[in-house]
Amino acid sequence: MEEQRSKHEWLSRVMKNDTVTGSEALVRSLLIEGVETVFGIPGGSTLNIYDAIHDFPGFQHILARHEQGAIHAADGYARATGRVGVCFATSGPGATNLVTGIATANMDSVPLVVITGNVSTALIGTDAFQEADITGITMPISKHNYLVRDVNELPKIIHEAFHIASTGRKGPVLIDIPKDVTSQKMIFQYPVNKPEIRGYRPDIDPNVTQIEKLHAAIAKAERPVILAGGGVIYSDASKELLEFVEKTGIPVTTTLLGLGGFPSAHELWMGFPGMHGTYTANKALQNCDLLISIGARFDDRVTMKTSGFAPKVKTIAHIDIDPAEIGKIVETAIPCLGDVKSVLQQANLHAQPVHAEAWLTEIQENKKMYPLRYTDSEVTLKPQFVVEMISETTGGEAIVTTDVGQHQMWAAQFYQFKHPRSLITSGGLGTMGFGLPSAIGAQVGNPDRLVVSFNGDGGVQMNAQELAICSILNIPVKIVIMNNQVLGMIRQWQELIYDNRFSHMDLSGSPDFVKLAEAYGVKGLRATNKEEAREVWKEAMETPGPVLIDFVISQEENVYPMVTPGSTIDDMIMGDER
Amino acid sequence: MKRHTISVLVNNHAGVLQRVAGLFGRRGFNIDSITVGQSEEPGLSRMVIVTTGDDKMLEQVQKQLNKLIDVIQIVELSAYPLVDRELALIKVSAVSNVKPVILSMVEPFRASIVDIAVDSLIVQIVGDSDKIHSMIELLRPYGILELTRTGLTAMARGVFLDDALPIIEYE
Repeated sequence: MEEQRSKHEWLSRVMKNDTVTGSEALVRSLLIEGVETVFGIPGGSTLNIYDAIHDFPGFQHILARHEQGAIHAADGYARATGRVGVCFATSGPGATNLVTGIATANMDSVPLVVITGNVSTALIGTDAFQEADITGITMPISKHNYLVRDVNELPKIIHEAFHIASTGRKGPVLIDIPKDVTSQKMIFQYPVNKPEIRGYRPDIDPNVTQIEKLHAAIAKAERPVILAGGGVIYSDASKELLEFVEKTGIPVTTTLLGLGGFPSAHELWMGFPGMHGTYTANKALQNCDLLISIGARFDDRVTMKTSGFAPKVKTIAHIDIDPAEIGKIVETAIPCLGDVKSVLQQANLHAQPVHAEAWLTEIQENKKMYPLRYTDSEVTLKPQFVVEMISETTGGEAIVTTDVGQHQMWAAQFYQFKHPRSLITSGGLGTMGFGLPSAIGAQVGNPDRLVVSFNGDGGVQMNAQELAICSILNIPVKIVIMNNQVLGMIRQWQELIYDNRFSHMDLSGSPDFVKLAEAYGVKGLRATNKEEAREVWKEAMETPGPVLIDFVISQEENVYPMVTPGSTIDDMIMGDER
Repeated sequence: MKRHTISVLVNNHAGVLQRVAGLFGRRGFNIDSITVGQSEEPGLSRMVIVTTGDDKMLEQVQKQLNKLIDVIQIVELSAYPLVDRELALIKVSAVSNVKPVILSMVEPFRASIVDIAVDSLIVQIVGDSDKIHSMIELLRPYGILELTRTGLTAMARGVFLDDALPIIEYE
């Protein structure tokens, strides 16, 4: 009650139609959009905005140490909460430092609103100090972007940006605001209705005829498979997917971004597919006669060589909100356009069980015969053991973020995900440096959850400066480093594909990570064997604040199974221990 | 591989041409020609894009274009009977005794001479690409000093395409 009243008072304060600067209009607009936290770094072109923030003590701004850290944090916040992530950067270098983060969010359909400052309108185009054409630069890697030329348009643009970022296929929207626009005066008026944007129709109603065709295909199928992707999580359709799978009895594989969208303990779950996917999932894709893709986009890390992908398939059905994904990579016989949740709700009304006993038996046998496994060791510390240990002690309840590389695959393989939005990982762009800042964002959005970030010793050094945020705000993320002193996935490829010609994968000269953590005021721990690993992890879990744990692992450990580039997912290297 | 003529109605904002052209480049679609100008509705421009590719590519072009927020409508004109026109200006080397010869060639093409200088003249021609191509080839032996072409603009005959669906509907 108290909270409601204060929110009401506060809204009436920001909704007042009085004269304000562009900067205050921006802050008010963000508050009206329900933004609680932004991540950013100020600069010359955004000083007016930061001056305006100063008058809004309730407006939480988290000061990153690099713009890339700020945007990955906003991204982690968005993925973990399902809300729009927001970050601020100044013009020129501030804005260009966001580019990797915008591309990351764009590839994985993450809703972000990115606010950049720009030089004053009169200076635009003159190669002024700290000027960059950020709208031009980000056109191909954002869902949409705006350059605000008139202060009076600012509220409308912000309103539109949030709408575009968070509807349809979600994605990052950039708003570039010249410095003079941030100081100009305007009468504040915020649009109340849902924006009407001609040429943007994000809501597509499920087509009943298509869903009937899907049912007919299911009735005929002898070897059906579901390939579920990030779309299931983004449209909050996990429950609907579970219902669909249980009603039809069709086995399901979830892509990397789909992990958590289906409970991993379920007997019809086959693991994730593709380059480092499970034997069961890959064999099922290769031998299926009906493939139902649900919010997945046939990424080449899933299909591998497309010409050899699912060679026995008779019918591909594709449920997707983005019409452009249908038929982009594979020929689709049954397109089901629409939001995954609403399509599945519709499909669940008349879903019937499949008649595919032999197929289901084969899949259960494969699951038994070819589980993910590794050779454990009492001497060296195995990364898979570390992930399993963390998975067990957290009961699969933690939010896991990863960086990119071998540790990412081990985390995806060996952590038992139970819930959607519990794996936060850069799938499409494969962005090193993502793990630590995205964990900060996930933790800020979920203060009561345990957040564990898996990193390699390579990637963590790409945004290690953000340890400062963990320290200063006491953000209790548990930062795991799988330290093998090399760029592990590079080493693995050079071993397996480049005939042991190890070129520039050696990370000698890396800091002592325990001391690095301590230098930032973060607790640092180290383990070199299983015994120590158990001890330090227990200590980390019992420590209320942020902890960095340096797990020293063997260089030679590879991620298996592996499908090498240029092969089909039939050709899996299962690893030498099999 | 077929030639396709696509009409794209877009917001008349700064940078929209860059968005559209950039999309073609990034996705590996070919642009044979692109023309832009105001449409019948204030605030909207119409682009006519000529591209070459198979049907699968054309479908992707339409779908990817449709994802751009500033794109309002896409019509593949080549699916209809259409009128397509291009304008070319051709500056030909012409000393005095050649001028009458060129003048006589221009007439059957319904082209016109729009400038005459001491030893050159400018031919203006409007028509489909074939006609312009023929005119250019005919003038080439005399020495073409300069050539500019607008690229193709086009319109479907008769039918009013306001209801053409930008999203490809599946049955």
